[in-house]
Amino acid sequence: MLELHDGALTVPEILARWYALEATSNYGAYIPFVGTVREEDGIDGLSFDVYEPILTSWFDAWGAKVAPLGAVLKMAHSRGDVYLHESSYIAAVFSPKRRVALETIDAFVEDFKASAPIWKYDLKDGKRIYARERSTAIAGAGLLGRNG
Amino acid sequence: MITVEFLGPIQKPVLSMEASTLREVAEVLKQDPTMAEWIENCAVAVNDTLVGSLDTPLKEGDKVSLLPPVCGG
Repeated sequence: MLELHDGALTVPEILARWYALEATSNYGAYIPFVGTVREEDGIDGLSFDVYEPILTSWFDAWGAKVAPLGAVLKMAHSRGDVYLHESSYIAAVFSPKRRVALETIDAFVEDFKASAPIWKYDLKDGKRIYARERSTAIAGAGLLGRNG
Repeated sequence: MITVEFLGPIQKPVLSMEASTLREVAEVLKQDPTMAEWIENCAVAVNDTLVGSLDTPLKEGDKVSLLPPVCGG
């Protein structure tokens, strides 16, 4: 399950809804990760662009990867502006066993940061500034600059 | 004709051009001074699938997307 929301995520509603969805699915573990906008460097908040087609295929590939482990992933992310102390990202894994869930959430969130086609901007002094220094080139980037 | 779209912070409108491989697209974009800061750090998708070769063939109606460095969460 992949959800995109305009603006901040309604964290309690999303976590409770996902819990209810899987409450009788016989999973032993539910591990959510919630990302919240912190006050840092004088920002008023963050803003996000999302490219949905590739995000969806990336998420679906992860779903297929963890299915043989008996695990299920859910993810919600914001589009547009999210202000201080609001949340822009939730990832969660359900699995029969604790160890699979703990390892999956770690690997999934790390790959999300490196690969998911989402661009972050700082909201500061009325401007929307690309967070270039905090961004990561996707694996295989630089293809257009290759010679030969 | 194929189209080239520039995602996220690359502030450029969609481009239409004739090209039969990704290499031809690269040659055009390398001539564009506004692309200099992006050429070396963008990943490339054709019809929403990431690709790894300049020899990737293109056909009428294909969509090339440039994906600059990402930071979700």
